[in-house]
Amino acid sequence: MAVTREAMLERPWEHSSPWLRLAFWDGLWALLIAVGSGYAYWLYQPYMDGYEVAIQIGSTLALITWGLYWKPARRFVLTVALLTVVALWRYGADYELRKSAFLLKYLLESQAAFMWMSTLYVLATATYFVALFSRSEFIGKTATALTWSATVMGLTGLLVRWRESYLLGTDIGHIPVSNLYEVFILFALITALLYLFYEDRHRTRAMGGFALLAISGAVAFLLWYTFDRQAHHIQPLIPALQSYWMKIHVPANFIGYGAFALAAMLGVAYLLRSGAEAHRPQGLLARTLPPLDLLDDVMYKAIALGFAAFTIATILGALWAAEAWGGYWSWDPKETWALIVWLNYAAWLHLRLTKGWRGTPMAWWAVIGLFVTLFAFLGVNMFLSGLHSYGTL
Amino acid sequence: MSETITPIGKSVHRRTLGWVLLEFLGSMNLAITLLVVVAVSSIIGTVLQQNQPYPNYVIKFGPFWFEVFNRLGLYDVYGAGWFIAILAFLILSTSVCIYRQAPGKLREMLRFRTRIRADSLRGFHQCVEWRLPERDLKAVLTEVTGAFHAFGYRWRVQNYSDHQVAAAMKGRYNRLGYLFTHAAVVIIGIGGLLDGNLWLKLKEWRGEIALETRDLAARDIPPISRLAPGAVSAFRGNVMLPEGSAANFVFLRLRDGFLLQELPFAIELRDFQVEYHATGQPKSFTSQVRIHDQDHLGDTPLEATIQVNHPLVYRGYAIYQSDFGDGGSKLELRAWPLTTARADPVETQGEIGSVLKVAGPTGAIRLELDDFRLFNLLPEPGAQPGDRKFRNFGPSVGFKLRDAAGEAHEYLNYMTPVQLEGRWFFISGARAQPGAEFMYLHIPVDANNSPERFLRFNARLHDADGLRTVLARSAPSVEGQSPDFQRDLDQVRLNLVGLFAQGGFAAVTQKAQAVVPADRLKEATGLYLNILRDTLAEVFLDVLREEGVKLEQGVGEREDAFFNDALSALAALPAYGSPFYLQLTRFQQVEASGLQVTHSNATGMVYTGFAFLVIGIFIMFYTSYRRLWAWLALEDNGVRLILAGAAHRHSAEFTGEFNALQADLIRRLGSPEAVVEITVPPPDTAEAVALQPFIRDTERSTSNGSHS
Repeated sequence: MAVTREAMLERPWEHSSPWLRLAFWDGLWALLIAVGSGYAYWLYQPYMDGYEVAIQIGSTLALITWGLYWKPARRFVLTVALLTVVALWRYGADYELRKSAFLLKYLLESQAAFMWMSTLYVLATATYFVALFSRSEFIGKTATALTWSATVMGLTGLLVRWRESYLLGTDIGHIPVSNLYEVFILFALITALLYLFYEDRHRTRAMGGFALLAISGAVAFLLWYTFDRQAHHIQPLIPALQSYWMKIHVPANFIGYGAFALAAMLGVAYLLRSGAEAHRPQGLLARTLPPLDLLDDVMYKAIALGFAAFTIATILGALWAAEAWGGYWSWDPKETWALIVWLNYAAWLHLRLTKGWRGTPMAWWAVIGLFVTLFAFLGVNMFLSGLHSYGTL
Repeated sequence: MSETITPIGKSVHRRTLGWVLLEFLGSMNLAITLLVVVAVSSIIGTVLQQNQPYPNYVIKFGPFWFEVFNRLGLYDVYGAGWFIAILAFLILSTSVCIYRQAPGKLREMLRFRTRIRADSLRGFHQCVEWRLPERDLKAVLTEVTGAFHAFGYRWRVQNYSDHQVAAAMKGRYNRLGYLFTHAAVVIIGIGGLLDGNLWLKLKEWRGEIALETRDLAARDIPPISRLAPGAVSAFRGNVMLPEGSAANFVFLRLRDGFLLQELPFAIELRDFQVEYHATGQPKSFTSQVRIHDQDHLGDTPLEATIQVNHPLVYRGYAIYQSDFGDGGSKLELRAWPLTTARADPVETQGEIGSVLKVAGPTGAIRLELDDFRLFNLLPEPGAQPGDRKFRNFGPSVGFKLRDAAGEAHEYLNYMTPVQLEGRWFFISGARAQPGAEFMYLHIPVDANNSPERFLRFNARLHDADGLRTVLARSAPSVEGQSPDFQRDLDQVRLNLVGLFAQGGFAAVTQKAQAVVPADRLKEATGLYLNILRDTLAEVFLDVLREEGVKLEQGVGEREDAFFNDALSALAALPAYGSPFYLQLTRFQQVEASGLQVTHSNATGMVYTGFAFLVIGIFIMFYTSYRRLWAWLALEDNGVRLILAGAAHRHSAEFTGEFNALQADLIRRLGSPEAVVEITVPPPDTAEAVALQPFIRDTERSTSNGSHS
């Protein structure tokens, strides 16, 4: 055992019951979120139906729980809330201010915020790698700060875009998770938050560069999609998407996609490190890349979380399909590929949990799994025709 | 642990066929293989578009492969016998797995493992062995169970002749996770199969029903292709209802035919409406319907609104807004001849879905009126793909012209002129192959907002006598040329116009290639085209004169542009393939709403499965099943204590907890000095693994390959 008996004795055991750890700040946090949510309800209640109110209550509870469970989430949520409120206040009811008001044009207007997000993510990726190879604590902290800032800007941008869509017209307004452009931002945000969570819990920044590579990839796509395809314009919703289900189905899906992407990137790191250890045990890679057991552990946790979220998302999708497409399952290409992704990770988890497979084959599988996921996410929209054709290139 | 290891019983089992079969069906390898097989075979149906009209497949694959794929059921993979068999096999395999694993899981939940040897515990990853001098057994046991309690464990103590064992566990509901998830797969699978085409297939196999493949009206469909209400428990059918009509049936499309499913009520479509955003994109599709059901509603029908995402559920039947189309719009049409010297149009009427007989130059042709659209939102011409600029091109009529041989040209004519590059055109798309790109004819619009001037101009080109008159009047007088030359020149001009009217500019250049030596070809073609152009200009001026346009000041810019556009259109006419241009002059739209009606019996079952799945997954991943043991024996005026533990997962967290538990226990026992840690070498590793009760039970798969 790595821990000495003396050290063990000095460290008091923290009881795992969540109720015992609640304190003043926790109460304040919960109160703040509840009040904020209540205010939002009071403002926007005329636009919401019963389901949407239920979703708002559910999200409020989820947000409170998230902050109680993971403290850094609080600062993040409050910063985003503050920036969003400032943006909404500056906008008032005039969408055209986005072109003239300094604060909006250069910082908080959704496009501006997304550009900040993109820049910061790419910077963070590079910084994480510099930190990894230079072993500098300071650079590592900088990378973390950059990632947090990028995520703040991204989420602020999405929330502001939500409001902007209503400024365009109340019949156009909708939550910005309705097309490929918007969900790519969501993907980047969720992947970053998942990574930041594991970084915090495992007290290591060694995985950062790899996790952020996936996000930088998404950012590259996003920039191409914006500048080459002009995909960033807010479009009204087609009738099939006008449903409260979208608010829960899409985010749940992207927790799954984000977690799978994270697992795949850790799989890449795993393969690099194990390859380096086999060939050049004293080499730079073998010494600096994150340790194998850490990668294996986080890879498993990410896939387990992704699998749980993806299961929920697919079930929500089925429930929605029962309302929109005539049944909970139609073997539509999107549904079928969701099943394929699900079966793939179900097989992965079975092998790991019951057959005890570890290491290189599972890392390879996680990497290949990302391609399967990517096809379900993008390929189906690009190459196959079906009911779920909501984002095309 | 003795209850799980029964070597004698096993050897008896091993000989029976049933046991071997059970072992195979419940094996982990089979389960993973099935997961992968289902995943891979599902891909087929996403790559190959399912349930298309069969002729499309023949065109795509050719007759041989069409038949091969047909036999394999690839056009409806998810209803194919072999695919359903794989799914059924997966359900069976999972069920066997549950049957074999459930008792063990329940035992793990309910029973404390107090029968355990000290050597087994020493083989555990988490194990410490202490000597506690000057203690009595009872006091130590109290402290141990106190620590168990503090860490949230439940325990049981068993007294043996020479020692005591306190066995504890925590998170036992984690064992339910396995049951929930695997039961969910079985429940969802069975429910899904029940809601699928299973019943239809069964009836078809027994010869009770047969697919109808002819294009028949609903009332003509024979009883063998009809399903009474309730004949099958689950179906998904479609019906296209024109406004003002009603139906008490839907069509079930199946492979290359269909069945008629009768409903126990009638749906009347009162009104169908499409709303549009300011940008022209559709905002909503709404059907106002009335349900007539004498038995349940009496004489007062049920009024309801159906929209996308807002189906109407009536008596367990769900009615969805799924499609829309034309319900027989009434059109007034004007046919302008394109290939004769007469330009006078013929007025006619028709409705969408009907066929008009038209006399063509080479016999009768059928004019099939296929589709009318009020709005045509299309990308702005000349816009970049990313510009997302759209324009509403207004009402259109889609029709086919089919000759006696059955060959058809397809057309799409827009009613109102369209502005392109500052000029206005009537636009007509044409294609000879279904699915090919439309080639567009742009007819320039005259001062009266009509295609008339162009069509008169075109008619002139088919009027040889008229042409001669015009040529004679406008002959360029060249001094010193003989009348013969003048006559020859006129003939050349006539021929050129004739060639042009038959085959466009291409025919003129081809002619030049045929008669002029190669070294003078370029020069001669240029000359021909110039002569042609001048001649056409003369004809055009004559058309203008006839219209009463004053030409004393010369031709205006607009007329000049018109002439150029007319030339382009005339050049495209030979490929247009229609003897007339069909102008849509008036319409009365009748819309139709495509409704999907579904009935399902197993939805509740499937949703229960969904709930089980989510509950199971969360229990499995986010709760942890842990066991602790304390083995105590009196020894040399003190107590020997072995503390050991095992966790199903989360080993890092469990290590932390085990360490903390030790620390807590030491505090309870007084001070660190009171505890003497001793090291007893663990038994042989292989034996230890074999003896670890926890691992044996949860991961029996590693030895004999079954689910967990």
